Amino acid sequence: MTCKDEDAGAGGTGRGGVARFSLPGPGELFLAFLGVGLSGFGGVLPFARRMLVEQKRWLTPLEFTELLSVAQFLPGANVINLTIGIGTRFAGLAGGAAAFAGLIFMPIVIVMLLGMAYGRYGDLPFVAQGFRGLSAAAAGLVVAMAVQIAWPVLRSLRAVALALVIFLAIGALRLPLVWVLLVLVPIALLWAWHDRDD
Amino acid sequence: MTDDDPLFGLLVQLVLLSLVAIGGVNTVLPELHRLIVTEGGWMSGAEFTALYALAQSAPGPNVIFVTLLGWQLAGLGGALAATAAVCGPSFIIAYVVASLSVARGESAWFRLIRRALVPLTTGLLVASAWLLTEAAAQGWTGYLVTFVTAVVLLTTRINPLWLLAGAGGLGVAGVL
Repeated sequence: MTCKDEDAGAGGTGRGGVARFSLPGPGELFLAFLGVGLSGFGGVLPFARRMLVEQKRWLTPLEFTELLSVAQFLPGANVINLTIGIGTRFAGLAGGAAAFAGLIFMPIVIVMLLGMAYGRYGDLPFVAQGFRGLSAAAAGLVVAMAVQIAWPVLRSLRAVALALVIFLAIGALRLPLVWVLLVLVPIALLWAWHDRDD
Repeated sequence: MTDDDPLFGLLVQLVLLSLVAIGGVNTVLPELHRLIVTEGGWMSGAEFTALYALAQSAPGPNVIFVTLLGWQLAGLGGALAATAAVCGPSFIIAYVVASLSVARGESAWFRLIRRALVPLTTGLLVASAWLLTEAAAQGWTGYLVTFVTAVVLLTTRINPLWLLAGAGGLGVAGVL
């Protein structure tokens, strides 16, 4: 979940108020991101920011926000792109790989243990009923995030029209995403270029 | 896994999907659902949403939902292959972009592309929310749980895990 992404960007200790001691190596990056992956229940990004900017002080608040805005437009999860970008910046390819591995190692182990438990006990009636409730609440998390992200974005005709068209194409008509994007991405680019001031 | 394995085709689709997953796994949930449930027939819609809920209750980035799908379809090998398929391309892209932009800041082109894509990401996310709500609800109580969860998250700063646990508890108690 990236519910709290937008609070992660700004604020903090101010532009110049951060001391940097030495650049972390791959081992240190792995361990630091291991902790972030483990603590990130319901949104990893706020924990990543706290570790990078406030605890380790590897980045200033401004640097964090700049890296995040690059990460956001790349494919893949924001926090994963950010992690790879930061690891790369500090220690090259080995750093990027170490930070990424640290971030996802424990979550993968945990989710597979949960999957194993689900495989064994998922058919029991009370477990199935529990999952009915859990699924409905998990849908609520995504609804809340969709509202949080959509609210500030849907302020121009361009944004509302494009969001509505892709929602209808994917959500209602269930068209294949690749074809929908092949049509809509060029339109979105041209429209954004045309409306440079909105 | 070999070329004849239908799961191999699914891996190729995952690689392609990961390239358009701007904003993360949540924006491609409808497409994943189409590939795995509607067209592939690999699992039921209820199982798909149950696994999504399971991934939500684990710590870490959302991409572990794909790990879990791989695990469910083909065990440990499937989990690792699915994770690599969905993370590999974006790892390469993020590495290349980070290497290129170490010296430079964000260009006007970056900003234009991001501004163009934000409405599309938003629409996809709303579609995901719609799909999950529809799939999870079995009767009005399901819609109510989804609605209350969303409202509480939007109006308080509660840890989402409490809401997941509460709704799971209501389910076990047979209320839903």
